[in-house]
Amino acid sequence: MKVENQVTLEFPSRSANESFARTAAACFAAQLDPTLEEVNDVKTAVSEAVTNAIVHAYPEKLGKVAMKLRIKQDHILEIVVKDWGVGIADVDQARTPLFTTGSEERSGMGFTIMESFMDTLKVRSTPGKGTTVTMARKIARRAGR
Amino acid sequence: MPVKCKEEQRHLTARVEGELDHHQAREVMEELDRRIDAAQPRDLTLDLGGLTFTDSSGIAVLIRTYRRMGQIRGAMRVVNTPPQAQKVFQAAGLERLIRFE
Repeated sequence: MKVENQVTLEFPSRSANESFARTAAACFAAQLDPTLEEVNDVKTAVSEAVTNAIVHAYPEKLGKVAMKLRIKQDHILEIVVKDWGVGIADVDQARTPLFTTGSEERSGMGFTIMESFMDTLKVRSTPGKGTTVTMARKIARRAGR
Repeated sequence: MPVKCKEEQRHLTARVEGELDHHQAREVMEELDRRIDAAQPRDLTLDLGGLTFTDSSGIAVLIRTYRRMGQIRGAMRVVNTPPQAQKVFQAAGLERLIRFE
């Protein structure tokens, strides 16, 4: 599918970058003229994906997180969040609501939120190599444009 | 991230403001714990009117605070939830557990 615009960001897995990543995604999405609700949905899903990379991928050290934002044909916003961390042994288990290996400030609802706020969610992971989360959301064309 | 509290005759009101994500969650949890421990309130009103963003970290904070209030046999309600936060909490089915007004 044709890519109409894209940007790639790289940052270390510091928790302060969660806010940066979702704000950057919202700014990039702005060119699709989304509604406030659509922007908030995208921000929320990005926050979950980036937080997962920060909390789980690099438990003992800082590592690299990359976020690729793409606009594809038909007003589709695709977001890829990639890390080179510890990976997920059982992706299906990780996607189960309430499942978490994190501490008490994690709810185990991250993937559930991503699934319900985006149209598609794909998780590929190799233990010891890293995880790639790919999600997409069609931003509705509004009347008068 | 500020948590502003008001206590009156064992009624505790806590107002959480700003962005409640993983980066801020622990601080907010610890502050709420301290306030609940100190006040031993009969009921807690969590005012989210100033919340500009949350994600599943907000779910964790609400569940933990709800359990904490349960341990001291106190009630809890959540008021002024903004639409973005409401959508996150609904995706987790939180309204089946916690009273939103």
